[in-house]
Formats: sequence, C-alpha cells, structure tokens
Amino acid sequence: MTTVSSSAPDRVGESPSRASLARRGSVFLYRHAKVRLALLLSAPLFWLGLVYIAALVALLITAFWTVDSFTGEIIIDWNINNITKVVSDALYHAVTLRTLGAALIVTLIDVVIALPIAFFMAKVASRGVQRALVIAILMPLWASYLVKAYAWRSILAQGGIIDWMLGPVGGSSPGYGFEGAVLTLAYLWLPFVILPIYTALERVPDSLLDASSDLGARTGSTFRHIVLPLIVPGIIAGSIFSFSLTLGDYIAVRIVGGATQMLGTLVYSNVGVANNLPLAAAVSLIPLAIIFIYLGAVRRTGALDNL
Amino acid sequence: MRLSMTSKIGLWVTTALTLAVIYVPILVVVLNSFSTSRTLAWPPPGFTTEWWGKAFANAGALSAISTSLIVAAVSTLIALLLGTALSFALHRFDFFGKSTVNLLVVLPIALPGIVTGIALNNAFRTMLGMQLGWFTIIVAHATFCVVTVFNNVFARLRRVGTSLEEASSDLGAGIWTTFRLVTFPQIRSALFAGGLLSFALSFDEIIVTTFTAGSGVQTLPIFILDNMFRPNQAPIVAVVAVVMILIAIVPIYIAQRLTSNDSR
Repeated sequence: MTTVSSSAPDRVGESPSRASLARRGSVFLYRHAKVRLALLLSAPLFWLGLVYIAALVALLITAFWTVDSFTGEIIIDWNINNITKVVSDALYHAVTLRTLGAALIVTLIDVVIALPIAFFMAKVASRGVQRALVIAILMPLWASYLVKAYAWRSILAQGGIIDWMLGPVGGSSPGYGFEGAVLTLAYLWLPFVILPIYTALERVPDSLLDASSDLGARTGSTFRHIVLPLIVPGIIAGSIFSFSLTLGDYIAVRIVGGATQMLGTLVYSNVGVANNLPLAAAVSLIPLAIIFIYLGAVRRTGALDNL
Repeated sequence: MRLSMTSKIGLWVTTALTLAVIYVPILVVVLNSFSTSRTLAWPPPGFTTEWWGKAFANAGALSAISTSLIVAAVSTLIALLLGTALSFALHRFDFFGKSTVNLLVVLPIALPGIVTGIALNNAFRTMLGMQLGWFTIIVAHATFCVVTVFNNVFARLRRVGTSLEEASSDLGAGIWTTFRLVTFPQIRSALFAGGLLSFALSFDEIIVTTFTAGSGVQTLPIFILDNMFRPNQAPIVAVVAVVMILIAIVPIYIAQRLTSNDSR
C-alpha cells in the first residue's frame, strides 16, 4: 500500500461536486498513514484507557481511603489500615491460601482432562470428527456460566444425580462446600483449557511424531519428549484462564460452595453487605497481585500470544 | 501419528467421557425444566410443561429478558466499533507501544471478573458519584466485549491479507471506495461472528453485572441468581436457564460456522 504512487486515487470518475470532500479526505488519509492510525486508535484507546485503566488505578487509590463507620460514606483519609489488615489478618491469610489452593487444583484437574481430548482432536480424529468436536467444545464455553453453575447445584444436591449414581456403590455427593466448588469451577473452565492446548497441538507437525516413532520411541516417550515441550505455551495459556477465573470467582462459590469463603466472596460481602468499598478494594488487590505475578512469570514462554 | 489400538481406543473413550461430563449438566437443566418435582429431585418423578407456561407469564422474567437483550445489543454495537478500529490499527500499523495496546485489549477478560467488577463499581460510584443503572452496565459490558470482536476481525484481517486492497488502490479507488467494495465484504462475516459472540457474552455475564447493575435494573442472569435460592421458584429458574442456553447457543453456533476458516 505504501509503494503505490500517490497520484493514483485521482483517476476514478465519480461526480466531482458530490464526492469532492470525501475524495479529498480519502487522498489526505491515503497520504498520511499516521493520521489513519490516530483515527483508528483514538476511540478504543480513549475507552479502554479512560474506562478500564483509570478504574483500575482508582481501585488502587481507594484501597488507601476509609469508610466512616456511622454514615457509611467514603472518606478521603490516606492511610494503609486496609492494606495492613489484609496483609496481617489471619482470616485473609486463610482465605487467600484456600483460594490459591482451589485455583491450583482446578487448573491441575483441567489440564489433566484437557490433554487427552485435545490430543485426540488434534492428532487422531478425522477432519470431520475434529470439526464437530471443536464446535462441541466451543458451544458450552460460551453457554451461560450461570446456568452451568446452577446445573451443578442440582447435580450436587442431596438426592441429586451424583447421589443417584454413587448411591448403589455406597458413595454420596460431596454436597455444597469446598469440594463442590472445586468440581464446579473445574467444569466451568474446562473448555477454556482444552482450546489453547488443542491449538498448540495442531501446530505440532505430524512429521516430528513420525520421526520420533521411526527412531524407536514409544508413544509415551514421544509424548513426553517431543509433544509436551512444544505445547507448554498452550498449556500455560489455558492455565491462565482456569487460574485467573478461579481466583476471581464468587458466583459459583456462592451457588455450590455452601459457607466456603474465597477471595471473591470476601470482596463481594465487603461491597454489598458491609458497604466497605476501600476494604473490598484492598482485598481485591490480592488476586490482582497474584495474577500479575503469574502473567509476568509466564510472559517469557510466549503463552500470552496463545490467548 | 501411529498409535497402538489400545491407546486409540483409550483416547476415544476418554474423549467420549469428557464430552459426556461437559454435556450432562446442561441436559440435567433441560430435563429439570420439565420435571414435576418442585425440588428438582433426580430422577424426575414425571414430566410436565406447566413451568414453561408459568415462566412465560412471569413478568419479572420477561422484563429481565428484554433488559438483557437491550444491554447486549447496545454493548455489542459499541464493541463492534471499537474492536474493528483496534484490529485495523494493530494489523495494518507498527507503532510504539503496540504490544501494550494488545495487552490492554485482553486485560478485561484476563483479569478476574471480580476485579473488573469492583474497579468499575468503585469508579462509577466513588469517583464519579454516579447512580448504577443502564449506563454503567452497558459501559462495563462493552469494555469486555471489545476483545471478542477484536479477536475475530483481527484473525480475518490476518487471513485475507492486504493484496486485494493494494490492487484496488492501484486501480484508482480511494480509501472509502476500497473499504466499501473490497475490505468490508471481506470482513463482513467476521464482524457478524464477533458481534454474535459479544452479544452472547454480554447476555450471559453475571459477575461484572452484579457490581455495575445497582438495584434498579435486572438482567436475566441477575433474575436467575436472585430466584435460585428461593425454593418455590426452582422450576421457573430451570425454564429461564434453558431459554438462556438457547439464546446464547444459537448465535455461537452461527458465529463458529462463519469463522471456522480464520484460525487456519
């Protein structure tokens, strides 16, 4: 586009009176790539910068303010009480550890379940089956989060489908609690983990696998030494979703978690019930910090390009 | 890859099991919406269409559906404009801070929803002194919908390249003409798909919505959440949940069909 001679646009025969302004604009934009870029970027950057980045910064600031205990109004009174409370209080330690634990378990479950199905989709299934499977995985990914959490509420319920299935062998549903929440969250984020791993597997050339087995490697060692190193970015990309989404979840935890407290439920109860936005802001900095540390750690693996 | 028969069968079975695990919960909701049991007992003691009739006569559910449709439509419109502009900027130009802009687009979905929710809640209420309502929900939804439109249009731009546009301007067409006759037809289906996905995303969203909706505006997910813990409403919630799956899944299916070639 840049190598074309700049007089080219003047040749098209539209009626000059009607189109001259549009024409001049077109020529001007054509010659000034920077103006084109500025026009394209200004609105989205204005929106994302003003609405989102400003809101994140404001959240950080609010964590240093306080709430008047009588009126419930927010007072601009710079202090680090909220931060110290969040950092030193045993309750927040326990909840942070519990949430981190849940995020790690959920991520682990999802990766373990995702690897075989993603491998099957990418390397074993025929073209038609592959396409059908991608759609089958994608549909529930977008289908209502809330409905899926709600479905698990009835599955985990007393006398629900798990009780009904495990009853004959003497088992029972874990009910509403930490285990129920972990199961539900693992279910919710599974498609998010399958897809990046599948995409990464698709990019692994079949010839490498053939070469490996020609040279005498068994399926297991081909997978461990050839496939796994190549799909690590995909696995990490998937884990970003399951990890980050679990850290911030509070709806599913409220629906199937019983009285289990996670960081998300703490933030929500501080905003909604206690009306203490500054403290909620301080609590929400915990998942934010964890995510940023995680993103920073995985940035070098190139996983962010796989999102 | 050459696999032994046993590992092939093993993979088949695991895949089938995983798919079953993915779909059984959704199926359970669908069955429950026809169950005669008020407490959603399993297996359902009998089947009835009574709840479907009741749900469609429920004023709260109906107004929640229309609220959600309006919010999703407006946010999608905003996301289409912003996401398309961004994808052109990032595909066609190299500039300082490009990777930061890229990160900025992904951030609203990469960060936990609760952080986005409370950040916006705090910005609207504390910083700007606004009442939560239609405006705040739509702003919040548009912010995280941008990325779905961006992803779709960007993938399409990468696939079609710029050679046709170059040919068009070599043949003397101006920027507008090229856009109208060459670029737009090429990205039209990606725009449509991105728009549908963003619509579905907004229609379903609950976490950010609970922080930005206030008490006056009830979207469909909020209606479900509010009624889920009320014992007598269980079958109606199941019906509304099925409606929600249907409204979300149809656009997703169409979107998937439209863009299935973009990723290769």
